[in-house]
Amino acid sequence: MSRALQRFVEEGLFEPEPLERFLSAHEFPLVEGRSVTFVYHGAADEIRLRHWIFGLPSSQPFHRVEETDLWYLEMELPECSRVEYKIEKVIGEEVEWIMDPLNPHQARDPFGANSVCHGHGYEIPDWTLPDPEARPGRIEEVSLPSRALGGRRRLLVYLPARFRQRRRYPLLVAHDGPDYLRYAMLRTVLDNLIHRLEIPPMIVALSEPGERKVEYAADPSHARFLTTEVVPALERRFPLISEPASRALAGASFGGVAALFTAWRYPGFWGRLLLQSGSFAFSDIGEHRRGPAFDPVARFVNAFREEPGRPTEKVFLSCGIYESLIYENRSIVPLLQSTGMDVRYVEARDGHNWENWRDRLREGLSWLFPGPLWMVYE
Amino acid sequence: MRRVVLLGPQRFEPNLSTTIDALGCGERLAVVTAGWQEREDETEELARHVDREIVNLRLYRRAEQVMAEDEELAAALRRRQEGLRQLQALYRLRLSSALDAARTLMRRPGRDGFVDEHRRAAIRAVRTLDRQHLVRVRKIHEEFDRHWRTAERVAVRRHREPIAEALERASALAIAGGHVAVLLSRLRLFDLLDLEPELPLIAWSAGAMALSERVVLFHDSPPQGPGDAEVFEWGLGGITGILPLPHAGRRLRLDDPWRVALFARRFARATCVALEPGTRLDWDGRDWIPCDRARALSRRGTLREMVPS
Repeated sequence: MSRALQRFVEEGLFEPEPLERFLSAHEFPLVEGRSVTFVYHGAADEIRLRHWIFGLPSSQPFHRVEETDLWYLEMELPECSRVEYKIEKVIGEEVEWIMDPLNPHQARDPFGANSVCHGHGYEIPDWTLPDPEARPGRIEEVSLPSRALGGRRRLLVYLPARFRQRRRYPLLVAHDGPDYLRYAMLRTVLDNLIHRLEIPPMIVALSEPGERKVEYAADPSHARFLTTEVVPALERRFPLISEPASRALAGASFGGVAALFTAWRYPGFWGRLLLQSGSFAFSDIGEHRRGPAFDPVARFVNAFREEPGRPTEKVFLSCGIYESLIYENRSIVPLLQSTGMDVRYVEARDGHNWENWRDRLREGLSWLFPGPLWMVYE
Repeated sequence: MRRVVLLGPQRFEPNLSTTIDALGCGERLAVVTAGWQEREDETEELARHVDREIVNLRLYRRAEQVMAEDEELAAALRRRQEGLRQLQALYRLRLSSALDAARTLMRRPGRDGFVDEHRRAAIRAVRTLDRQHLVRVRKIHEEFDRHWRTAERVAVRRHREPIAEALERASALAIAGGHVAVLLSRLRLFDLLDLEPELPLIAWSAGAMALSERVVLFHDSPPQGPGDAEVFEWGLGGITGILPLPHAGRRLRLDDPWRVALFARRFARATCVALEPGTRLDWDGRDWIPCDRARALSRRGTLREMVPS
């Protein structure tokens, strides 16, 4: 138990007023070095912590301070950890997952939102927050017909601040683009990194899948769509640098699989890859045990492991050590390196979530596309 | 003797207009915005701010035209560029370990004779490396100039004449910031400082860097790499005794006394001046006169206000 909570418990003043004073005087969870104490106040039969740290029991019971409605759970978290969680409240037969009412930090994702515990030393990077000095880019919508996928497809396209038709720009195509915007602050991040000269002004195509688990699971039609339809359409409309070194694919989770697969199908076309927590399941050793949606992924990763080729020039790969995919991601690193590609791999004390992917964008993008930081003094 | 004024970045706290007023310059201002590259012509905001007629010398566009017209010279410039790039990479390689040693020794506790001696030696090693690099860079430029006599090329002369005319009719020349290498190469190509040598000169950010004796690239916290400031080029030498550091507050860890002290000692005898928004520093031909918010990096690791001597 944290020292602050211990002192409060030892004083034994559990009446509403001192309790309220204690709760409003502290930030929760209580973080004291590596020790993190989650606290819940309220009537329940049982309180549990539900988190997504792979390797730990995903449900951990809180302890009740005797004869009170105050609950706590102490955990040890390494420095700079960031953990998403919910509180599970049990009353009789009723089980409810709720956000931590004492913790204002929340992260959203396509499935809703989670509470977030910032371990000692973790800070939300300042380049992910709106900067009034950064000139904002703008977003246009592009719609194009697709023979590869059938029908029309919509793309959002980020154009950097001070976009000029007579200048040429690198292109990044981001899978799950709208999610990158909504949950990973991609627009703000691009505005800031461009403003700070850490990446060059670039055009970012934000694609969204139709049937995600099909199109992103190593689907040749989707790879063809991106390479032979999206890029030519964008090159006709925007002033892009038509070279592999200025053409990148990005994706997280299944999006990472789609990015690697597309580059593998069209070697030498895409010169840069940003792969975040890729779902690189394989079954050439044992089974993948991740369900049927992963079967085509595993077939591709098996084939890739057998014959990786040299799909691209530079790959930035990241994964959280609290996610189950850490094994698959670590496994693929030496394979990527063996091809002679320039590979950078980073791990974070975080899970399979959008804010983890957000927090790695600066390192990844500025490595793949170094900006004119050293040369420009405006 | 030319009068020179250095200013801080102009985007958020422009003081160009008041500076021109203070200098008593006339109504026509010649400007160089080549550092803005393809945005060179976008001077509306600047014109609004100074509220005078501005004549854009368009050095970026002129250089593009020279390259298109004189392919032989363009190819030679590209070769020189490639040579300089290789040289810079080799220098950077050696600089990294030399600076690492200097930084480690700066932080090493104790002020006994041994440590001090090694600190001095480590800084001396970095300074020697910087100096040797510049000698090599100069050699490349001198050989190039001897062989190519750029100013005498027809394509260059064709542009120098209208530039000279524009300068003759101007009451001051303003050189804006931007990409320092692009700016410097354009200023050098047209040998701008040789034209109208008495014309008052106002420069900010990369413009100020290009005018100094040495161009030093710097950033203490880049997203990649250790942030080793590096000597890049000879500047045009229009000013002496000053190393201008635009956006120093954002680019340097000024709250880290060891880094500040190392920077100041490495580039002494030049005074390393933080050019922040609102800064103004005047050169009267003999001395520097700090007018507004001029602060220098000190050997003690602090920032000191510059006061008129």
